[in-house]
Amino acid sequence: MPEPTLRKTAFAVEEIFHEGGPVPENSLKRAAGIAVIENPFAGRYEPDIQWFMEDLKPLGLSMAQRLIDLLGGPTQIEGYGKGAMIGEAGELEHGALWHAPGGYAMRQLLDNSNAIVPSTKKVVGVGGRLDVPITHINASYVRSHFDAMEVGLSDAPKAGEMALVLAMSTGPRIHDRAGGLAAAEIEGRDGLR
Amino acid sequence: MSASIRKIAVHVEETHIEIGRAITPATRKAVAVAVIENPFAGRYEEDLSPLIEIGSELGELLGRKCVEALGIAPEEAESYGKSAMVGENGELEHAAAILHPKLGAPLRKEVEKGAALVPSSKKMGSPGQVLDVPLGHKDAAYVRSHFDGIEIRLNDAPRANEILVAVAVTDSGRPLPRVGGLTHEDAEGNDGLR
Repeated sequence: MPEPTLRKTAFAVEEIFHEGGPVPENSLKRAAGIAVIENPFAGRYEPDIQWFMEDLKPLGLSMAQRLIDLLGGPTQIEGYGKGAMIGEAGELEHGALWHAPGGYAMRQLLDNSNAIVPSTKKVVGVGGRLDVPITHINASYVRSHFDAMEVGLSDAPKAGEMALVLAMSTGPRIHDRAGGLAAAEIEGRDGLR
Repeated sequence: MSASIRKIAVHVEETHIEIGRAITPATRKAVAVAVIENPFAGRYEEDLSPLIEIGSELGELLGRKCVEALGIAPEEAESYGKSAMVGENGELEHAAAILHPKLGAPLRKEVEKGAALVPSSKKMGSPGQVLDVPLGHKDAAYVRSHFDGIEIRLNDAPRANEILVAVAVTDSGRPLPRVGGLTHEDAEGNDGLR
């Protein structure tokens, strides 16, 4: 199983103390990792692409582990999301290969992660930015944890590359007060509520 | 005066391949930013000493965040830089007050030594704008392999009454340096220049 050809990684951590309102006791941390890899299918239509998902599994696990470490351990993680940006010589479908290895890597390392990992993807030029959606790891309807984190690099993805992204957060939006299902109320069985 | 910090962000980049060539060990750069309230937003204030004190605090805090993010001992840092972007209700001089009088000394403690000038940039800006932080060798400004820069941007900062303050630290130079000049190995690091 060949490792994907990794050109560059970048990890960003944000710690948010307030956004103009009262400063809550716990700050919110969000982290995102980007891996810039060669797109093995760039420049042509390739019907058989699914084998590459297997190659991406170790990368997904190492990125997920690093995010967990950056945020203080698995019990701190309450939200997650993922995304992909495909360089212009690739196609949107190539980004879809990240769904399983990216998403299941995070779920494998986090207990009580029954919720689907929200995602987004797009084809971009170098310097493209991606707003990665984030939702609660155990119940998708938890409204306080609907969030997002913007990521991007000035020099990626080049035409023949893909930038694969994972994101995690440690709690609700900093001044969460839009109601809905609360994290304390979830049943956590079906991944939704 | 203590800075009123709304948000801190830390970004680390590793380059493993450049133009098809493996970089071993990978070159690594970190930049840490604090988004602070601008105490003088919307008015002319003659005495900027509160911002000078904030600069001292942030030199230590952000320098330490970078070194921690790189996972290195302070003496392993090789280059550094500093920058600020002031939201629209402030003035460029506010960036100067934070960056120049007192930010350097505590930053140098965090990276050990730091004989060289800390290269800097500043601008007025708005949420989402890019700030390019210049990088130079921390002990010998003429080390050519370490002239570099790192970009930072936050989609939600600086708001009109805020200032975004950035400190960058690396443990390496450019991935494939080959334009000559003074090298890291040959630098003496006594006068801050060579």
